[in-house]
Amino acid sequence: MKAHPSSFDEHEVIHDLKHYLPAQAPLKDFIHHNTLHAFQNQKFYEGTRNASEIFGYKVSLSLFEYRELFHQHKIRKDILEKIITDRKGIENSKVWHDKLLVNDYHHPDLPRIGALRANWKKQYKIDLDSLVHPILFRLLCSYLDQGIAIWNFPVSHKGFITSLREMESNSFTSFFRTKRAKDLLLNHDTKIEHLLKFLVGDESLYKQYLFDQQFAHQGWSGMVSAVEDQPQTLLDHKKITLHELIFFETLLEIDSLDFQFGEIWAPLSAKLSERPVGLFAPTTETELIEVLEIWQDAFEWSFYDEVLAGIELEKITTKRNTESSFQSLFCIDDRECSFRRYLEEFDPSCETFGTPGFFGVEFFYQPEFGKFYTKVCPAPVTPKYLIKEIGTTEKRETDVYFSKHSHSFHSGWIISQTLGFWSAFRLFLNIFRPSTSPATASSFKHMDRFSKLTIENKNIADVENDLQIGFTIDEMVTRVEGVLKSIGLIENFASIIYVVGHGSSSVNNPHYAAYDCGACSGRAGSVNSRVFSNMANHLKVREVLATKGIHIPDETQFVGALHDTTRDEIAFYDEHSLSPKNVLAHKKNIATFYTVLNHNSKERSRRFESINTKLSAEKIHEKILRRSVSLFEPRPELNHATNALCIVGRRNLTKHLFLDRRAFLNSYDYEIDPEGKILLNIMKPLGPVCGGINLEYYFSRVDNQKLGAGTKLPHNVMGLFGVANGIDGDLRPGLPSQMIEVHDPIRLMIIVEHFPEVVLKTIKTLPEVYEWYINEWIHLIAVNPETKKLFEFKNGDFVSYIPIKKQIDTTSNVETLTESSPENISVHLIK
Amino acid sequence: MISLIPLFIFIPLLGFIISLLIPGKKENLLSMAAFVSVGAHFILFIIFLFYWFLNGRVALNLKEIVIYQTSNYEFYLDFYFDKITAVYLFVGSFLTFLVTIYSRAYLHREKGYKRFFNTILFFYLGYTITIISGNFETLFIGWEILGISSFLLIAFYRDRYLPVKNAVKVFSIYRISDIGLILAMWATHHLWHENITFLKLSNYELAHEHLQNHTWIGIFISLMILLTAAAKSAQLPFSSWLPRAMEGPTPSSAIFYGSLSVHLGVFLLLRTFPFWEYQLSVRIFISLLGLFTAIVASGIARVQSSVKSQIAYASIAQIGLIFIEVAAGFENLALFHFAGNAFLRTYQLLVSPSVVSYLIREQFYNFSPRAHTIEDSFPKRLEYSFYILCLKEFNLDSFMYRFFWNPFKRAGKRLDFLTVKRAFIFFVPAYLVGLVFVFNEAYIPENLHEYLPVFFALIGLVMVLKSFTERKNVQMSWLLLIMNHFWIALAISFNEHFNYSQNVLYLSGIVVCGMLGYLCLRRLKIFETNIDLDQFHGHSHKHPKIAFVFLLSCLGLTGFPITPTFLGEDLIFSHIHENQSMLALFVSLSFIIDGISVIRIYARVFLGPHVKSVYDMAYRSS
Repeated sequence: MKAHPSSFDEHEVIHDLKHYLPAQAPLKDFIHHNTLHAFQNQKFYEGTRNASEIFGYKVSLSLFEYRELFHQHKIRKDILEKIITDRKGIENSKVWHDKLLVNDYHHPDLPRIGALRANWKKQYKIDLDSLVHPILFRLLCSYLDQGIAIWNFPVSHKGFITSLREMESNSFTSFFRTKRAKDLLLNHDTKIEHLLKFLVGDESLYKQYLFDQQFAHQGWSGMVSAVEDQPQTLLDHKKITLHELIFFETLLEIDSLDFQFGEIWAPLSAKLSERPVGLFAPTTETELIEVLEIWQDAFEWSFYDEVLAGIELEKITTKRNTESSFQSLFCIDDRECSFRRYLEEFDPSCETFGTPGFFGVEFFYQPEFGKFYTKVCPAPVTPKYLIKEIGTTEKRETDVYFSKHSHSFHSGWIISQTLGFWSAFRLFLNIFRPSTSPATASSFKHMDRFSKLTIENKNIADVENDLQIGFTIDEMVTRVEGVLKSIGLIENFASIIYVVGHGSSSVNNPHYAAYDCGACSGRAGSVNSRVFSNMANHLKVREVLATKGIHIPDETQFVGALHDTTRDEIAFYDEHSLSPKNVLAHKKNIATFYTVLNHNSKERSRRFESINTKLSAEKIHEKILRRSVSLFEPRPELNHATNALCIVGRRNLTKHLFLDRRAFLNSYDYEIDPEGKILLNIMKPLGPVCGGINLEYYFSRVDNQKLGAGTKLPHNVMGLFGVANGIDGDLRPGLPSQMIEVHDPIRLMIIVEHFPEVVLKTIKTLPEVYEWYINEWIHLIAVNPETKKLFEFKNGDFVSYIPIKKQIDTTSNVETLTESSPENISVHLIK
Repeated sequence: MISLIPLFIFIPLLGFIISLLIPGKKENLLSMAAFVSVGAHFILFIIFLFYWFLNGRVALNLKEIVIYQTSNYEFYLDFYFDKITAVYLFVGSFLTFLVTIYSRAYLHREKGYKRFFNTILFFYLGYTITIISGNFETLFIGWEILGISSFLLIAFYRDRYLPVKNAVKVFSIYRISDIGLILAMWATHHLWHENITFLKLSNYELAHEHLQNHTWIGIFISLMILLTAAAKSAQLPFSSWLPRAMEGPTPSSAIFYGSLSVHLGVFLLLRTFPFWEYQLSVRIFISLLGLFTAIVASGIARVQSSVKSQIAYASIAQIGLIFIEVAAGFENLALFHFAGNAFLRTYQLLVSPSVVSYLIREQFYNFSPRAHTIEDSFPKRLEYSFYILCLKEFNLDSFMYRFFWNPFKRAGKRLDFLTVKRAFIFFVPAYLVGLVFVFNEAYIPENLHEYLPVFFALIGLVMVLKSFTERKNVQMSWLLLIMNHFWIALAISFNEHFNYSQNVLYLSGIVVCGMLGYLCLRRLKIFETNIDLDQFHGHSHKHPKIAFVFLLSCLGLTGFPITPTFLGEDLIFSHIHENQSMLALFVSLSFIIDGISVIRIYARVFLGPHVKSVYDMAYRSS
């Protein structure tokens, strides 16, 4: 006879758990993503409401904060009225107005997570977490450690449980305090199910119990789950599974209970007075939630409406310059927004474009003497190519203060009495005259400026670890053609075209990877810009391109470059290959770039308390440089904070709008893509990349404690892969408060310059693309390129949108405008 | 020039008071107050140091203020300046100066910016008092300030669970060190029949003469000093508190737990060295303790996979070595080593967040699968056992619970039958009987009289135990603490002929602060109805003002030098005779637990995640 079918399916539960746990990779591979990705298959408000009730997250600002925003006129009255009327009808407008502005609401009930497991404390008076967590976290951290410990985990590479078993069976001491847990670990037949039988008893509660257990330390569980799925993310690979973590944690719980009560105690379900609500039972929408939704809508549209009004009011010259002094390709990153604006201001005859900062070339990069490959393209892509760096001249500096010798007692004895005194001096220097040190994470160190790269593959057999070294001519052509077409640059080439990647530099910043280029998997974009320029300069590539109708003049040269967004510095690559005529032009352009960088840093400085924005641009730039290498500066730059827009269209669509560095700018010319084929390739990464950035900022801002990392000031680096508070804390995924405090949590609005029907057809092509819009995690607007009429994507269709605002502010001088306030500045027309 | 010494205490005191008065939103003013006071302090000190060097580096002693005097008892503040003071003050002044500048920008926009600078200046005040003190009494004032400010710094993020829990943990260890100091003071009173200055202590003939007939007292004093030093400097078996103290913002962890606070045990040893110099057994014991600590802490440091705990244990190991150096009489070496270690660990902690990018880069270029370490050559069984032990920190963290707190808790649980009512019904008459005894001392038989003080002190201790283990009724827990002091006063009254004014001195602060605290709790109860001691409630979130006033009353109740009770505590001990070791034990135990219980009430009621704003709080484990 077949046994009674079990209601507990271990596989399924672990699969579900992994779906809901934080998906953040280790620090060095920090890539922005939608924090609540697990709820993305539901509508935004429904998904966030569920997430909130189940896991206790805060998913919007508080009622108080919205009301403050309203009183500060950051939420517009006319917009609020419109949204109330749209949602509730004109007849209820008064009632809801009061609800929003006056009514008091009670706190929501306790979240569902943890309710079951709380009974240990309630019924048994035992605090399992404080007995289990310290040793569990410590073991996990030591096992996964990437190089902090001097004496590494003695048995590694065999899998977590196997290693523990080996140590446990060959030791005079034990991980446990009681015998039963030890025996259960050493017995190879023990299953999680058996352990849960002891612990919980009632099979129908197993799933909920495991969710409670793992979400009591979602940081660690999430890390284990991430390492299980992508072991290559730790350079020193570790074998571990969430299953093993649960198994061991459950053993530790039994151990603690045995230690407290002896081997005889009733399972949790026996003492349960009432069954807790199921975790995933339907949630209810309360009035407070609806009030908050209306506020959020009003907050978002107060800004969107202004932007859309600006686009409608702007006078567009649809024609491009035919004679440009130079052209320049940038990453779509919102931080390049002001850089481009200043370039166009200081050299009105130049032309700028935006495209994802890996410039269409996907590969692994291996720096000379590096023992690993680094992926430099968007995270979901798995490249088949390898680019190697050769002929470097720079030497890597080392810093004795990170040496582990100071931690052993004999060499520590000498070091503390010698270098100890030197460190006092170093500290003194860094406080009064901050400068670069080996501790600094610098974008310019990603690649030696004077090295060579193995870009061209002349022999298909040139393969290393299944990766082809370099690209063949045909492969180059596809990529160069792809990028040029997508940004609409297929004619009127200037004689110099800069390809500017970006990266960042900072010190004392465990989240450094989050500041680099997201399209390059959290690395600087220097190698990509250089590789792309080399390809586009290749004569054979140009020959083939010509047959495809793209005629790049012979005098045109592409120059790779890297913009450091923290320091506002720029480095150009392979300048020696410029033609004499171009060298002269380049010299002139460099001067422009330098001026522009000064002004860019001036505009950025308005957000920094320590810098007086009214100083001259040069002075401010010096301060910005110093700031980037100051140990005591937790905000070297503000990264993507305040991002809110993404514009897909020709530069002229928004060239004369002041968008306050809040927009991702992707160049695109609808005229060469009537069918929307190129558009699809653009839209594919926009969701995960820009939407991911936006939503990570959103959620880290609205719930910095549970979805963000909290303040970074007390952070302690764990095993080089994560940060925690103190030494016994859970890992803290998400963004620290210093990164998000100036961010306004509003969803991304993508504005596409194309006919609505084409845009609709395009996003519907792929369900994973469509999901972002139909579930409202991103707002979408289509601008009819001929009439400039606006269309809002709503419930699966585009409907006409007429901005409420009929007039927006204008400015003739951006500099005085940016000097005026450290806060967000409204959209202005630049005269 | 000697009269300048109090200035070095006055400046931080002034800075502290000014910083209290500045509104929290004025970041610039706050950091400026800290910068100016610490900066002025540093510069003046350098000038002072320069003159002192030129004038032959003689040890200076300044008997400043006599605070309280009776025929056979004198409480006075005394300042002392010698080489040890010079080095400690230099390192402290220099590092605090740098760290205040560092924190100015680092803490920008942090909730609690003001609290941070207040606490730093308060800590610094305690540090300078301790370092400049010329007798145990003055040192004790500084010592108490250090304890409280450490508690506040560790619990800086007071709406998270772990910082608060660890702050209470560290405070309880500090409390043990306080009591070591009180007992040492008690014994020195009896040895010298006066409050001895450190200057006199270093007078070999004088000390030797006193010790000759009292070898055991001498050893007792030395061991109490060692207990105090070991707890403060995180030596065995107390080591596990140091890494757990690293919960505040990195710069505060860096100077306090990386360098200044943790080296104060060494300071105490250096300061009292002339006293135990001729007790060979003590010197050997200190060296062995240092050696064991160095070995065990190094082992633990080797397996740490988080940056801050690694630095903490490495520092403990070095301090173990410094203990050996002090015991061996290498004073200069020890001072040199202290300075180097303090600078090094401060810097390492301050740059610790950089470790990710730096070591990952190193790993990228120099990776070898698993570094071979010396332990790999051990027999497997030994290697694994040692690794597991190091990973579990030799169970040091649970050690304190198992052998110290848990027995007390078990004892306290036996008293569960006590309710407020029963407590009053039983203890009020009992106390009255006690008073009757006091006033009619003449009629009490000799052999009963001997036991009465011990008996009443024991009742006091029982009350404290009950208070310490009470989980439900906050007010009762608080009242029991107040009563304890009355029992102690009663007990001591038998010792001398009832001394009314001294008891008033002792109890005045207790009564005032006790009432104040009780009112705070009552007021809070009106707002929040249900407050128990079973969990952290975090009420400072909504009621910061009540929290502050209650903190002040807690300080008063624990004999913090803001009320006359502080003097009283010292007085009480001066009345315990040297043959009354049981009485001394009971009284000191009740002082330890009393202090911890007070802080426990404060922490449970006012700190931790706010129970009513679950959605705004971090998870417990973070």
